Amino acid sequence: MAGCACKSPEPKTIPYDEIAKIIQKYKGDSSAIIPILQDTQDLLGYIPKESISFMAKQLEVPPAKIYGIVTFYAQFRLNPIGKYNIMVCEGTACHVNGAKQIGNAITDDLGIGGGETTEDGLFTFEKVACVGCCSLSPVVVIEGETYPGLTPDKIRKVLKQYKDKEAQKQN
Amino acid sequence: MQEQVKTVIKVGLSTCGIAAGGNRTFEALKQEIDTHNLDVALQRTGCIGMCYKEPIIEVISPGGESHYYGGVTPEAAVKIVDEHIRGGQLAEEFLLDAEKDNVTGKQVRIALRNCGVIDPESLADYREKGGYKAIEKALTEMTPEQVIDEVLNSGLRGRGGAGFPTGLKWRFTRQYKSDQKYIVCNADEGDPGAFMDRSIIEGDPHSVIEGMMLAGYAIGASEGHVYARAEYPLAIIRLEKAIMAAKEAGLLGENIFGKDFKFSLKIKKGAGAFVCGEETALIASLEGERGMPRLKPPFPAEAGLWKKPTCINNVETLANVPWIVYNGASKYAAYGTEKSKGTKVFALAGKINRGGLIEVPIGIPLRDVIYEVGGGIPGGKRFKGVQMGGPSGGCIPESLLDTTVDYESITRTGAIMGSGGMIVMDETTCMVDMARFFLNFAQNESCGKCIHCRLGTKRMLEILERITEGKAKPEELDLLEELAYNVREGALCGLGNTAPNPVLTTLKYFREEYEAHIYNRKCPAKVCRELLTYTIDPELCNACRRCVKRCSVEAISGEKKQPQVIDQSKCIKCGNCLDACRFDAVLVE
Repeated sequence: MAGCACKSPEPKTIPYDEIAKIIQKYKGDSSAIIPILQDTQDLLGYIPKESISFMAKQLEVPPAKIYGIVTFYAQFRLNPIGKYNIMVCEGTACHVNGAKQIGNAITDDLGIGGGETTEDGLFTFEKVACVGCCSLSPVVVIEGETYPGLTPDKIRKVLKQYKDKEAQKQN
Repeated sequence: MQEQVKTVIKVGLSTCGIAAGGNRTFEALKQEIDTHNLDVALQRTGCIGMCYKEPIIEVISPGGESHYYGGVTPEAAVKIVDEHIRGGQLAEEFLLDAEKDNVTGKQVRIALRNCGVIDPESLADYREKGGYKAIEKALTEMTPEQVIDEVLNSGLRGRGGAGFPTGLKWRFTRQYKSDQKYIVCNADEGDPGAFMDRSIIEGDPHSVIEGMMLAGYAIGASEGHVYARAEYPLAIIRLEKAIMAAKEAGLLGENIFGKDFKFSLKIKKGAGAFVCGEETALIASLEGERGMPRLKPPFPAEAGLWKKPTCINNVETLANVPWIVYNGASKYAAYGTEKSKGTKVFALAGKINRGGLIEVPIGIPLRDVIYEVGGGIPGGKRFKGVQMGGPSGGCIPESLLDTTVDYESITRTGAIMGSGGMIVMDETTCMVDMARFFLNFAQNESCGKCIHCRLGTKRMLEILERITEGKAKPEELDLLEELAYNVREGALCGLGNTAPNPVLTTLKYFREEYEAHIYNRKCPAKVCRELLTYTIDPELCNACRRCVKRCSVEAISGEKKQPQVIDQSKCIKCGNCLDACRFDAVLVE
């Protein structure tokens, strides 16, 4: 998934003018709905439900059609994610080499399960299908950085790095 | 690539190379070269194949002598420059034996011919290796029918998994008359554990472009689409750059090679749906719909994208085409078996010593792939099975290791050749858990259109979950098998048709494991959490109480300096204590 520009949860207002620009880029062609949604998510970090009716009007399709596409494809999120999206690969090689234990260690450490975000909005735990680095399994990707050959201990250390980074920023 | 007058260092920079730190290695090398003013050309390249040793670099002397180094961290890079480049001695510590480590002798790289050799972001590199000569030959010396014949005679079969003869698909698409036709490249590579197509696009994007142009010429299409999965951002970037470079060089556009042939290419990103690897679902997605398969007939060759004749080919299939057209069908057909010609790229991973990207002649015995090319099982553990074909495939047991890797022989085992993912498993893998894993995947990815897949896979998954939790009754095993056959027969598309395969093959070859879960409530491989018992060996316990601190349900207790004890009624079998213990005192049964 391409990195998104905005990582803060809940934008105060939805930038409809930006979304309109995206739609114009694809010439208002409703068959380009998938790239339109992808660009919107790159911009906002997720697809706000309220933006769906706006897009529907612009593209002259029923909102239900767009909602159907957003909910069909795994890439699209209807909720904002945390600052750091922890993508745990659940591909076959990672599974065989212990991805489950990595996931358990994350849940144990942060208190969130798959698909959930910590209350402070810092971390989201996302289970993803194969990222294609099978020889390095098990693998976790955070902010485009791939962490290979993990063990429960190693992932705990990685999480600590991010927590320390945040703590430093606070001070 | 310049004339070989200076030393060349190539750094493997595909996604796995970068994930292992390849970019930092590249920077470290660059710094060393600049600092010491060395006459060395530093280049990026695609996947070299020995992924288990990433980051990898290749050092080529002016005389052409080549050496591979593995595990090249930035620190190692400094040492290698010091010892090899400046000191003239091989840096033995990191040296890879290309013969032994990659077993180059058993591999034949056709689809991967340029991967790990050229800079994937250099059109000049590609052309120097004969790139775009095949399309030039086709446009200037061959008719579309002759191109089709060449591909047909080569015996090339669809490398995405179905294995349909490529030349035949092209012929069918050519036969339908229309004002517009399309060639589509299926770069959705959804099989978890497969990274062949990603490596080809990242390492040699022009081979895919040229393959599509040849297909377009053959079938009569002037427009091509690449449907690429969004989870492959680097592959998409490299392909975009390649398309732009080809356009600027006049290789894409109008009047290509001065002939009345025009061709344009667009990339469309997928959005995370395994089912979109199925050709009609892919077409629906290209049209901006939910990726739900459509009934066939009509086949895409007759009415595909926007109801026009469309040919959909896999990345690896297309990468082979320029080589075949330029070198001739018989050269390709010299490899392989009678019905399965050529070579196949595999992504070898799992419990294997030398995991990575390999390309072998079809017909090689499975045993050779695992033990000779792959180096066998790490830690001296026992081979248990190899999954071929991902969620649509099956597990092949040890007793069938002499099976030759070709479409028909693999299908006879109950598995399928698949797109190339080969996951090796050992005695620590639970086959029931693997069946559950694949079915969970299929259930998540099922589009929901047909009842057999939508409901059938759900019920099968529920039974498998109960089995792994020790809650299943014996009759559920028969029900599981019955459901599996029904789903296979009744589903609308390939996803549903093949989703039961992992279950059926594991039931066939590993039934005793299922029975152990059901009758004895035990998991022989010690994987299924609910069926495990964690205890502390009083002889080995050091009383350090690390486990007590890590236990999240306070199930461990004991006096100071006495062996600790786990209260089974509280234990949730999370395994934290096992992780924490430095004395191997936690026993798992």
